[in-house]
Amino acid sequence: MRSAVVLFPGSNRDHDMVKALYDVTGFRPTVVWHQDATLPDVDLIVLPGGFSYGDYLRCGAIAARSPAMLDVARKAKAGVRVLGVCNGFQILTEAGLLPGALMRNAHLRFVCKEVKLEVTNDDTDFTRAYRKGQVIRCPVAHHDGNYFADPETLARLEGDGRVAFRYAEGTNPNGSINDIAGILNEAGNVLGMMPHPENLIEALHGGLDGRGLFESVVRTIAA
Amino acid sequence: MFQNDIDITPELIARHGLKTDEYERILRLIGRKPTLTELGIFSAMWNEHCSYKSSKKWLKTLPTKGDKVVIGPGENAGVIDIGDGDVAVFKMESHNHPSYIEPYQGATTGVGGILRDVFTMGARPIAAMNSLSFGEPDHPKTRHLVAGVVAGVGGYGNSFGVPTVGGEVRFHPRYNGNCLVNAFALGIAKRDGIFLSEAKGVGLPVVYLGAKTGRDGVGGATMASAEFDDTIEEKRPTVQVGDPFTEKRLLEACLELMQTGAVVAIQDMGAAGLTCSAVEMGAKGNLGIRLDLDRVPQRETDMTPYEMMLSESQERMLMVLEPSREAEAEAVFRKWELDFAVCGETTDDLRFRIIWQGKEVADLPIKELGDEAPEYDRPWVEPKKAAPLADDDIPAVNDVGAALLKLIGAPDQSSRAWVYEQYDCLVQGNSAQIPGGDAGVVRVEGTSKALAMSADVTPRYCEADPFEGGKQAVAESWRNVTAVGGDPIALTDNLNFGNPEKPEAMGQFVRALQGIAEACRALDFPIVSGNVSLYNETHGEGILPSPTIVGVGLLPDVTKMATIAFKADGDEVLLIGGHGRHLGQSVYLRDLFGREDGTPPPVDLALEKKNGNFVRGLIAAGRVSTCHDLSDGGLGLALAEMAMAGRRGVRVELGDLAPHVAVFAEDQARYLIAVKPDIAAAILADAEKAGVRAERIGTVGGDAVDFGAAGKVAVADLRAAYDGWFPAFMGGGLA
Repeated sequence: MRSAVVLFPGSNRDHDMVKALYDVTGFRPTVVWHQDATLPDVDLIVLPGGFSYGDYLRCGAIAARSPAMLDVARKAKAGVRVLGVCNGFQILTEAGLLPGALMRNAHLRFVCKEVKLEVTNDDTDFTRAYRKGQVIRCPVAHHDGNYFADPETLARLEGDGRVAFRYAEGTNPNGSINDIAGILNEAGNVLGMMPHPENLIEALHGGLDGRGLFESVVRTIAA
Repeated sequence: MFQNDIDITPELIARHGLKTDEYERILRLIGRKPTLTELGIFSAMWNEHCSYKSSKKWLKTLPTKGDKVVIGPGENAGVIDIGDGDVAVFKMESHNHPSYIEPYQGATTGVGGILRDVFTMGARPIAAMNSLSFGEPDHPKTRHLVAGVVAGVGGYGNSFGVPTVGGEVRFHPRYNGNCLVNAFALGIAKRDGIFLSEAKGVGLPVVYLGAKTGRDGVGGATMASAEFDDTIEEKRPTVQVGDPFTEKRLLEACLELMQTGAVVAIQDMGAAGLTCSAVEMGAKGNLGIRLDLDRVPQRETDMTPYEMMLSESQERMLMVLEPSREAEAEAVFRKWELDFAVCGETTDDLRFRIIWQGKEVADLPIKELGDEAPEYDRPWVEPKKAAPLADDDIPAVNDVGAALLKLIGAPDQSSRAWVYEQYDCLVQGNSAQIPGGDAGVVRVEGTSKALAMSADVTPRYCEADPFEGGKQAVAESWRNVTAVGGDPIALTDNLNFGNPEKPEAMGQFVRALQGIAEACRALDFPIVSGNVSLYNETHGEGILPSPTIVGVGLLPDVTKMATIAFKADGDEVLLIGGHGRHLGQSVYLRDLFGREDGTPPPVDLALEKKNGNFVRGLIAAGRVSTCHDLSDGGLGLALAEMAMAGRRGVRVELGDLAPHVAVFAEDQARYLIAVKPDIAAAILADAEKAGVRAERIGTVGGDAVDFGAAGKVAVADLRAAYDGWFPAFMGGGLA
C-alpha cells in the first residue's frame, strides 16, 4: 500500500505516523512538504498530529490553506482515502473536507491519557478490521478536541453511520458532542479522529489496538 | 536618543546588580569608565546566574569523570556514551524566579531553554522531565502558580513534540515566596555528531538564526540573581515570552544544517542572550568577535544596543559557519521560515566589539569578560542540624490501614495525574514508562535499548541535615533508575538554595554539595551538567535547600524492564534491604501529627550499591518484572502504589514488629519486588549469597492492602483518596 504523510511546519507526530504505516503496511510512506502543490499518487494520504503553525489563529486554520491541501482536496474528491489524526482532523475540518469544528477541551486543559473507543461502524474503509460495538484502547493528546456540529449536521452524521469512533465507558476526555471521537465524510473516504492509533501499535506501547485502523485500510486497498 | 556615554553613577551600578568592588574590578580590567552598553554587558556576564561566582569554588569539587562520560560540565549539556556509537545529551536548568513572577511564560521558556541547550549540541530531544516545588496548598498564590506553571510546561513541550516522561511536584510553606521550576531534557546524537560552541578560524561569518530580537527578558539573568521583595510585580518585563512553534522549526533547521557540514560552532541564546552566546563562542575559541547590531533581525523599532545586547528573546541561535556554505545554510533556514542574518565575524584581536549605527558602542576584552568574573569564597557556617528523636517520642497509631489512607490522600503523596495528563508523554512513540512509576523510560529509536531517568530530592531531609540530604537525593535517583532495571550512568543537578551571602544558607549549599559528591563517588555516578539557582528568598526567608538530581541510566534490553504494578494474584512479595525503624523527618510524622522533626534517615552508600546491584541483576536476568523503591512513606506507601497500579490487593505479615514503624519507616536502600512463588526461594537464597537482606513479607491478592491485625484498607478506597486530592485542590475535577 502506497501512502503519503503531509508535513507542515509544527507537525510533530509525523514521525510516529511514518513508523506506524511502515510497521503495519511494510511500505515506507512518502513525506510531502506542505509547499508541494502536487502529491504523489498514493492509496492513502495522512495528515499527522502536531501543532501546525503553533495552533496560532485556530488549530489547523493556517495549514488548511497550504498548497498541499489544495491537492489533498482534489484527490479526496477523486476518491483517494485521507486520514487526519488530531491536528490532521482539525486541518480537515478547517479545510471543509469534514463538517463541524474542534473546540477547546471542555475543561480548558491539554489532556494526554488513554481512553476507550467504541467502533460505531465497522463497514468503513478505516474500521473493517474491527467489529461493530468493539471497545478498543487508544491514547489521546490534545488541547482542542471538543467536537461540535449543528443539530442538522449531527443528525446526518449519526443517521448515515458516519460516526466511526465514539468515546466509550465514560472516557470522553474533552466534552465532544455525542462522545464523537472520529467522523467520515459523505463519501466515506475521508476520516478525521482525535485519538492516536499510531501510538498503540507495538508491545512497547503496551497494546496493539491501534493497528486495526491501518490494517483496515490495507484490507480495503487489497480488495 | 540613546546615550551610550553617560555618567556611571553608584545608583546605576547598583541597578545592574553589581557591587562597588565589582565595578572597581571592571575599571581595572578595561582601564577606563565603561559605556552604558558595556556596563550592561558586564552585568549580564557577571551576575550569579551566568558567572556562578558564589558556587564555582564548590562546583569544582564535584566528581565529573567516568568511563562513559564523553563531555562533562562546561558545555551546553553533558554527554554520555550509551554504546553503538550513540550518545545521550542532557541537562537540567531552573526557571524559578521568572516562573514566580509570570508562571506560564516563566515555565514555558524554562522548557524552551533546556530543549535548546540539548539540540544546540546536535542531539534530537527525546525526553523531558521537570521538578516543581510550590508553597503550601492554602497559600493564596499557590493554585495560580500551579495552574500557570503546569500549563506552561505542557504548552511548550507538547507543541515542540517531546514526551514529558516524569517529574515531581511538592508543596511546602517555605516555597510560598519562591516556587521552583526545574526543567530537564535529554537528546540522542551520534558520538561523532556533537557540536560545540568553540569558534575556530579568523574572519568567519557569525550568523544570527531563529526568531527576531525584541525587548522581552531584558535583564532577566540579573533579576534571577536577586532576592524578591514587594516590587516583583514590576519585574514582569524581565520575563521572556516563549514560542514553541518557532523552536520546533529551529530544531529541524539546525539539525538539517548540521548534517551539511556547514556549522563550525553553535551557541544558543539563553540567559543574557546575544552577549553571553557571542562571548562564549569567542572566549572558548581564543578569538575576538565583532557584531554589527544593525544587521540583527529586530521585532521592535528603535531598539538600543543596550536592549539588544541584554534581550533574552527566545528561540535564537548564533553560529559560526564555513563561509563557502553560507548560501546552503541560508536556504535551510528560509525553508523553515526563520531569520538568517550574517551579523558579525570572528577576529584575531580577542576583543568583543559592538557596532551600532556605524559607531562602536562597546570594545571589551573577550577572555576577561568570562574568565575574570569575580569568584567568591563566601563565608559559611555549619548549618543547624535537627536533633534525633527518641523512640518513645514517636506516637503509634491503632490502625495502619487508616493511617495509610490518610497519607495517600495528602498533598505530597496523592496522584499527580492532574499535572502529568497535561503533558504529552507519548509523542515520538518510544515511551516505555510514563509518569506514575519509579522512572521515565524511553527507547532509543531503532534499537532495543532504552534510557531511564528520574528526578529526585527530599528537601525536608536537606533542611534537617544538608549533607545526608544531598547524599539521599543522589541515592534516590540512582535507586529509581535501578528499580526499573536501568544501569545508572550519570546525572545532572539543579542546585536551588537561598541567599549565598548569608553564611547559614551558604553552609547548606556547601554541605549539601559535599553530600552529593560523596554519593556520586560511592555510586560511580558522575555529574555531567547542571545549574545553580541561588537567591531563592523573599523578604529574607529562603526556600528549603533543594538540590534536584536527575539520574540517567541505560537498559540494554527494554523488554527486561520492571514496573511498579502487581501483576498476578499469588505472587510473593519480597522486601529487599530489610525492615526499617527510622521515622525522623518522615511523612508519617508530618502528615499525621504535623511534626517536621528528627534527623533524616542516614544513607549507607555501600549498602545502597549492594542492594541496588542485586535488584538490577534480577530484572536484567528476566526474573523480576515488578519492583518499587521505598522512599517517602516507606513500605506502606510503596505497597499502596503497587496495589493501585496493579488493581489488586496484598496480604502483608508483619510478625512481631511495631506496625507503625515497619509500615512507615523511611530507611534507605530498600526495594519491594513481587515474584512468581516458584522462584521466591531461589531469589532469597541468591540474596543470602550476595549478603543482601531479603525476606518474604506477603502475597499479592484480594482487594485490600491488608496488614492483618494491624489494619487494612481497600484498594478502591486508596484509589479514591489518591486520585481525589489534586483535582479537588485545583477546583473542579476533570471534565
